Order: sequence, then structure tokens, then C-alpha cells
Amino acid sequence: MTMLNTLVAVCLAYAVFLFAVAFAAERVALRGQVRWLRSPAVYTLSLSIYCTAWTFYGAVGSAVRTGFEYLTIYLGPSLVLVGWWWILRKLVRIGRSQRITSVADLISSRYGKSNLLAVGVTILAVVGTTPYIALQLQSVTLSFEVFSAEDLAPGEEKGHTALWVAAGLALFTVIFGTRNLDANERHNGVVMAIAVEAVVKLAALLAVGVFVVWGLGGGLSATLARIDASALGRWEIDGGRWAGLMLLSAAAFLCLPRIFQVLVVENDHETHLRTASWAFPLYLGLMSLFVVPIAVIGLDLMPAGSNPDLFVLTLPLSQGQDGLAVLSFLGGFSSATSMVIVAAIALSTMVSNHVVMPLWLRLAEPGAKVSGDVRSVVLLARRLSIIGVVMLGYLYYRLSGGGEALATIGLVSFVGMAQVLPAMLGGIFWRGASKLGAFTGLTLGFGCWGYTLFLPSFGAGVFLPEPWVTGGPFGLGWLRPQALFGIEGLDPLLHAFFWSMTLNTGGFILASLASFPQPLERLQGAQFVNVFEHSPSPRSWTGGVAQTEDLMIMAQRILGARDAQALFEREARRQGARGPLPEPTPDFLEMLERELAGSVGAATAHAMVGQIVGGMSVSVEDLMAVADETAQMMEYSARLEAQSQELARTAGQLREVNAKLTRLSVQKDAFLSQISHELRTPMTSIRAFSEILRDTDGLSAGQQTKYASIIHDEAIRLTRLLDDLLDLSVLENGQVNLNLREGVLAHVLDRAAAAAAADDAGARLLIRRDPVAERVRLHTDLDRLSQVFINLIANARKYCDAAQPRLDIRVTPGVPLIIDFIDNGSGISPEAQDMIFEKFSRVSDQKAGGAGLGLAICRQIVTRLGGEIAYLPGQGGAAFRVVLPADLALAAQ
Amino acid sequence: MTPPEPRRRRAPVFLERQSYRRRRLMDAARVLPFLGLLLWLVPLLWPQGQEGGVRSSSAIVYLFGVWAFLVLGSAVLVYALGRREEAETGE
Repeated sequence: MTMLNTLVAVCLAYAVFLFAVAFAAERVALRGQVRWLRSPAVYTLSLSIYCTAWTFYGAVGSAVRTGFEYLTIYLGPSLVLVGWWWILRKLVRIGRSQRITSVADLISSRYGKSNLLAVGVTILAVVGTTPYIALQLQSVTLSFEVFSAEDLAPGEEKGHTALWVAAGLALFTVIFGTRNLDANERHNGVVMAIAVEAVVKLAALLAVGVFVVWGLGGGLSATLARIDASALGRWEIDGGRWAGLMLLSAAAFLCLPRIFQVLVVENDHETHLRTASWAFPLYLGLMSLFVVPIAVIGLDLMPAGSNPDLFVLTLPLSQGQDGLAVLSFLGGFSSATSMVIVAAIALSTMVSNHVVMPLWLRLAEPGAKVSGDVRSVVLLARRLSIIGVVMLGYLYYRLSGGGEALATIGLVSFVGMAQVLPAMLGGIFWRGASKLGAFTGLTLGFGCWGYTLFLPSFGAGVFLPEPWVTGGPFGLGWLRPQALFGIEGLDPLLHAFFWSMTLNTGGFILASLASFPQPLERLQGAQFVNVFEHSPSPRSWTGGVAQTEDLMIMAQRILGARDAQALFEREARRQGARGPLPEPTPDFLEMLERELAGSVGAATAHAMVGQIVGGMSVSVEDLMAVADETAQMMEYSARLEAQSQELARTAGQLREVNAKLTRLSVQKDAFLSQISHELRTPMTSIRAFSEILRDTDGLSAGQQTKYASIIHDEAIRLTRLLDDLLDLSVLENGQVNLNLREGVLAHVLDRAAAAAAADDAGARLLIRRDPVAERVRLHTDLDRLSQVFINLIANARKYCDAAQPRLDIRVTPGVPLIIDFIDNGSGISPEAQDMIFEKFSRVSDQKAGGAGLGLAICRQIVTRLGGEIAYLPGQGGAAFRVVLPADLALAAQ
Repeated sequence: MTPPEPRRRRAPVFLERQSYRRRRLMDAARVLPFLGLLLWLVPLLWPQGQEGGVRSSSAIVYLFGVWAFLVLGSAVLVYALGRREEAETGE
């Protein structure tokens, strides 16, 4: 009991020590002194989480069972690190430039920020890692039992140990793994604690090794001799497994979530990788150096039937070296805890970024930027994920019952995670790798792994029915889980590794070749494959639409107020903006998205920025849509322009019409006063003279006659005026009846000239005519036409102010027929020209002879006849053109 | 009359000695893992079995010897590369 108590005390002290280390590291980091926290040595030591309790204890057991095969899982990773120039350098650069947070994030980012792929890889990682965590809990429990076996009745404390360890680990991880939501996802405290644990486990194993070789084996050469003499004395390996496991462990080293976490995500500087390239193989070499001696001496000294997996612990214990045994125990404890901590962090990052956050975003769709605090949601999601992952491991341990089944799960898990390799390597080396390819490869590989290795690993009849395993599903022998396509006799692990990787890679390549990647995929592909040529990431956003303030609010919730404000201010300064908010330029959005991606993953960050920016992610389709829109807008604006021109024209016309209306209104007033005046003048004289005739006695007969004829004349004038008005109104109302007849133009003109001349003493007007041209036959209302001509000739007679008045009547025969009346007077002023055809418009008051209705009547008549009458400017005098329509003229031919 | 000036920005056909050395170092860094793989696959050719098999002590010496060689080789290359790069950026 004392031993167990001591052990528990040591364990607790060690845990407290780790907490203190992590806490101190966080404090130091807070003060900004990260230099020594982030040294290449710490980076290299943190990689040692590759060596879990499974390898710490299990390597010796493996050496006892299969000789040197245990080495392969160290050789693979050593080669990967020695070959850092090929893969790791690129992976780390990509991780840094794209702010990758996990394996799932890497795959998702590379293939067009696809969340589907991220979820797939996350599931794979959870399925592959949970048994591994269970394995760690088992090893801690077993090592506890070694000490407690002497003191306790068997089975008494069993199980509780695992629970306590699991709870403690979850607590530690929650405290130090979710301390901050840094953009770069670095956990200083955790990394430091792991580095310390790495030193502890190496020291423990070396101490046991030195004790065994020099304390028990009797020196180096003696030990070597003992090895040669033992059951492991001769070189004996399965060649296929030797090469296959080396390859498998190399692949798994690149893909295991916890390794990726420390290798890429926690990487601080690329030069650290250079140090690790030789230092980590050295670490692995030292870790495996004493395994065979411990195994051989253990076989020699320990009683037959004791568990070789625990030789590291039981050997010193059996020799009475309690202190060494406790150190060894702490080494195994460290191996287990550091693995669980980092695995939980890596998995929780994946689960919260790729499963919880997208779900939360979808559920809280409209208000993601308004309601709730995303930062706290992310942290909560991550904490719950950590607890969930660790507890899942514990549950797995309880349900599987520990034992052999669990011990084999390490390599099974390796094969599972290695399924990510084709998509990962294809993604960073081959631009043609597409999302569909990655999805196909992962699905095939995952399915094949599950069917041929994972499910059978529980034993026949647990998940796969017994007859399936022995005879194939539905009796299809070639589909037997451990002998696909009838190839029997292979090692089950190699069989599964070979087939799953073959199907995975084949599917990946074929689907990639056959599919056409999305624009975003192609951009990301170029960014990943050519990461050394151009480090900035692809243009993803077009600015202008995003509201910087909304972005600020969102960024604050994720990065924390201080960091977000500093970020925005820095950007604003860089842009030279005056306020604290920068313009949402594409560069800025891109940078912001990357920062956010460091906290919540690329796909989620993309979605969040997209939500605020309004999904303005630029794809070729979007560009085409934008181009379409632009074309539509251009067309629309062209149409608008045309419309506005038309409007301008219409407005001009309206203005003209308005001016004319105004003039017409003035004219109407003038017309009213004119008509009253025109009626009044003759009436006045008629009344006056009729009163004289009535009231004055003794008028002479001559006077009576004179007055009576004045009255008569005025009455005639009145009648004529009224006739004219009536005529005009009839014409205007279109109620006129045309009296169509055949005739010759010359006769009509003769009659008009005679009538006009007969009016009064106007013989002075000389009328020049063209008798030949006038010989045109007409079919029209000849009386009305002559009325027009009479009017025009009379006007010329009245108004032509030349000394020798002359009127030219020019006839242009043809279609239409044109008759011009041109005098040699001073003509009509331009401003009066468009008014002369209106009623009561008279050019001058002085010469006012008529009521000003003549031309108005003329126009009405000509219009009725289907022709036109217009003033003809620029003829040297007043000139009127009468145009008679084609059919009249034709009919006249 | 003056002869045409030689073009200034012509890509050098031969790298300067410094960069040439650096590139060969990179090549060496690339080759090293393949060499390691080859050496570690050599045990596949060894005779096996309790009778005529290679002795385990020799196997241990060989395997860990290769390991040490890789660690040393990698460390030397990284150190040399770092020095070259420093010298080049320093100039």
C-alpha cells in the first residue's frame, strides 16, 4: 500500500509540476519572451509525442515477439525528417502561409475550402485516434497495476485509475489547450509541458537502458554477447513487414493529427525544422537504442509468462530499483499523457472548426454577426470537444476491456490515418488534384480500411458476422475482408494497407483526372503547389460591399477585442486611412480571413467573411455573373441614355409647344378683342348713321343716299367678316364639303388674278406668270383653290411695299405640284413668319385692311385639299408656297 | 562610334560559386533520405534463421550505425546550408 501511495503522490506531484511548467510558460509568453520557449530544441522535443506509451512500453514487447520489427516505426519517421527538404519544408510553409489549423483544415483548404472533406477527415481522425487514446489509458492503468499488484486485491482499483487519468488529462487540456484562440493556434504552455515530458521519457528509458546494459548485462560487449546467445540472437524479420511498416509509419507520421499539430501548426519558424531534421532522428534512435537489450535481459531474468510489454517497468522493480521503476513509470506516464493532450487538442480543433462551428453558423444563420459571442462559442465547442474526445477514449477502453485487442490497435490506427496521405501529398505536389479526387480516394481508402482491418480487428462476430470473415459477404469469396480478390496468406495489416492505399490512390488519381476542379480549388491548388513562388494567398474577396464595421464586430468576437482592434488599426495605417477602420479591400479581406482561419478553420472563416461580405467570393462563375450584370447594366444605362435623350427632345418639343400655346393664348385674347373690335367698328358707324337718318330732319336726298350706302357698306363688311369666321370654323371643324371637279391650273389662276384685281384700284401690281408650266390639269375643288390664290394675290397687292410691286407666280409641275407666289416687297419678319397663318394675325396694324383671317382660311383650305401652304423664306420678298398632293397632280396628268 | 553596351541583366549561365555550392547542398539534402532508405532496406538481403542468420549484435551495430550516419549527415548539411544562406544574405 505504501508503494502505491508513494506512486500516487509522485504522480500528483508530477502533474502539479506539469501544470506549473505550462503555467509558467504561458506567463513568460504573455510577457513576450517567447524566444527561448520557441527554440528549435523545444520544437524537436515536442515532436516526441510520436513516441507514445504504446512505443515506450510496447517496443520491448514487440522486440520479444517479432525481433527487430519494432524498429520500423522509428525508421519511417526518421527518414521523413531526414528528407525534410522534400515534404515537411513545403508542408510547414503552406501551414504558415495559409494558417492551417489541422490535417482536416489542410485538406479542406487545398480542395476549395470544402467543408465536406474537412468533416470526412475529422471523422477519420476521431475514429482512428479514439482507440489510440484508449491504448494510452490502458498502458497507464497497467503500469499502475504493476505497482498495486503487491498491495491490492486484483481488480479492486482497476478502471478507476483510467477514469482519474482521463479526467485529469481532460482538465489539463481544457485549461492549457483552450487558453487562447490565437490566430496561429500555438499553445505555449502545452508545448512546453510536452517538451518537459519528452525529456522525462527519454531520460527514463535511457536510465533503464543504462541500468540494464551496465548494471545487469555486465557492460556493452557482454550484453551484445548475451543478445547473440538469446532467442533474438539471429536476424529474423518478415521482409514484407519490414519494408511495409517503414512505409506505413512514415505515412502515418505525416498524417497523424497530433503530429501534424506539433509539426506544422505549432511550428514557429521554418529553421526549427532544420534542427529537427537531425535532432528528431537522434531522439528516435536513442529511444529505440536499448529496446533489444532490455528485451533480452528481461527474458533472461523475468519469470516465464510475465508480460514483456511491461519489462521496462518490471525489470527495475524486480531488481529492487524502486526509484528507477518510478522514473520509468513517469516516463510511460509522460508518453501517455502528452499523446492524449496533443491528440485531444488536435481533434477538438478539428471537431469544433469543421463540425460544431459550421453547424452553429448554419443554425444561427441570419444573426451570426449580431447575436452571441463567437469567441466564447468556439472556446466552448473546443472544450466540450476535448472532454468528448478523451471520454470517448475512456469509453472505448472500458468497452473493449483492454488486453490484446487493444494492443494491436496502434498500427490499425496508423493505417487509418495514412488514408489522408494521397490527398495530402497530391494536394501539395499536383495541381491537377481535385476535390472529387480527394473525396473519392478518402472514401475508398476509409471504407477499405474499415472493412479489411478496423472492423475485423474487434474479432470475428463483433461487427462483421462470422461467415463474412471466413467465406466473404453473401458467399462472395473474393470479398473476404482479409483476402480481397482472392489473394490469401498476406499479413492482415499489410493486406489492408496495400489494398486501402491502392484503392485510395487509384480513386484519387482517376477521379482527379476525370473531374474539373472549381475555380477556388484551382486557385488554392496553385497556392499550395507553388507555395515557394508566391506566398500570399489567392484573391478571394472583392471589397466595397463589405461593411468594415460588421467585420470588426465579427473579428472582435473571434480574435478578442484587443487583437482585432490592433489588427484593424494596423491595416488602416497601412492603407493610410484617417479613421481606425480600414477600407474593405480584397487584400484586407484576404488577410482577415486568414487570421480568422487560424482560429476557426479555413472553411468556417471563409463562410463567416462570406456571410458579411455577402458571398462575394470571386469564382470564375461569379466573375461571369458579374460580367453579365455589367453587360446588363451597360445596356440598361444605354437605354436610359437613349430615353433621356428622347426626354430631352420631348422636353424641347414641349417647350416649343408651350411657347406656341402661350402665344396662342395671347392670340386668343387678341382674337376676342379683335373680333369685338372688328364687329364693333362697322356696328358703330351703322348705328351712328342710322340714328342720323332717323333723328335728323331735312336731310338732302344725296346725304340720305350717302348715309344709307355707308350703312349698306358696313353691313356688307360685317357680313363678309361673319362669312369668313363661319367659313373658318366650318373648315376647322372639317365639316366642309369639297366640290371636286376637273380643271386647268391656268384657268384657276386667271380667275383668281381677275378677282383680286377687281377688288379695288390695285392695277399697279404686275403679275408675272408662266403660261406653259400652268398648263396642268387638276382634279380638285377649283373654287376653294381659287379662293386661296385670290387671297395670296390680294395680300401681295395689299402688302407689297416695293415701288414697282411685282408678283411672280412660279409653277413647278410634277409630283407633287408646287406653286410659289413671290413678291418683291420687304417680306415678313422671321418672328412673324410662324404666326401669319393664325387667325387675326396681321403683319402690321397700319395697313390693316382685313380681319387677318385670310391666310388662316387658306391654310385650312389647302390642308383640306390634302396639300400644304407655307411661308418660303429667303426669296427676296414675301413668298408663299402651295404644295398640292401627288394624287391631285397625278389625276391631273 | 562607341561599341554597344553589354546587356546588364542577363541570367547567369553559371552560378556564382556560393550559390552553386548551396544548390549542391540542397541536392545532397534531397538525396540523403533515399540513401537512408536504401541502407535500411539492405537487411532484407541478409540471410535469416537461427543457423546461418546474421548475428543480432551486428544487425544492431549496422542499423544504429546508419542511423548515426543519417543524423550526422543531416546535421552537417543543415549547418552548411544555414551558413551558406547567411553568407549570401549577408553580402
